[in-house]
Amino acid sequence: MAHVRVQEAPFDAGREIAALTEGRRDVGAVATFVGLVRDLNDGAAVSRMTLEHYPGMTERALEDICAQAAARWDLLDLRVVHRVGPLVPGDAIVLVAVSSAHRGEAFAACEFVMDFLKTRAPFWKKEETPGGERWVEARASDDEAAGRWVEGGEGRG
Amino acid sequence: MVTLLYFASLRERVDCAREQVALPPGTPTVATIVDTLRARDGRWSAAFAPGLAWRVAVNQSMADLATPLKPGDEVAFFPPVTGG
Repeated sequence: MAHVRVQEAPFDAGREIAALTEGRRDVGAVATFVGLVRDLNDGAAVSRMTLEHYPGMTERALEDICAQAAARWDLLDLRVVHRVGPLVPGDAIVLVAVSSAHRGEAFAACEFVMDFLKTRAPFWKKEETPGGERWVEARASDDEAAGRWVEGGEGRG
Repeated sequence: MVTLLYFASLRERVDCAREQVALPPGTPTVATIVDTLRARDGRWSAAFAPGLAWRVAVNQSMADLATPLKPGDEVAFFPPVTGG
């Protein structure tokens, strides 16, 4: 069901959303998330970012995350597009779009896919700052965000 | 033989992206390979020092030290992920 893509090229969020609804009349809700490169991270100005990934495993991991979401909620379709390679502040990095009959499933599944993507999909960010290049460190808050789905809790923290 | 892949900061630390190593006889696991890597020079022992955060995947699925290995497996080592 899910459509997963890893690419260097920019994506068109509108086109991705349209692909979820084209030719069907059973979609009542589409929830989307778009993540972008910020010009500030951990107190340093970011001028450029390079995203590395593990070709093959990345796609498998994303498909697995989508399958978990589809098993958990009543969804009609999912799309995940993740960019790799060089990016600059303002660039979109990732898009998650989920369609369902009602908004509750779409909202929840969209957040679940992002939380799991951030902790389970093999991507790594390297930032260019005035102090030189640095690899972005994994955040404990991302593990906590993913963990709440496993523990069955719905609220943060 | 198994193929070893290294990604991101771990790849830079060991200055190696990909190599092939022989599997020792017996019932080798990821731990067997990690012990071999740690026994190399200081760069490798530092990169795989106990307590340092790294992850491992076998044949593109998340694994751990106890995961068994067989000839032809693809074993990837990398730091905690930071996509999205």
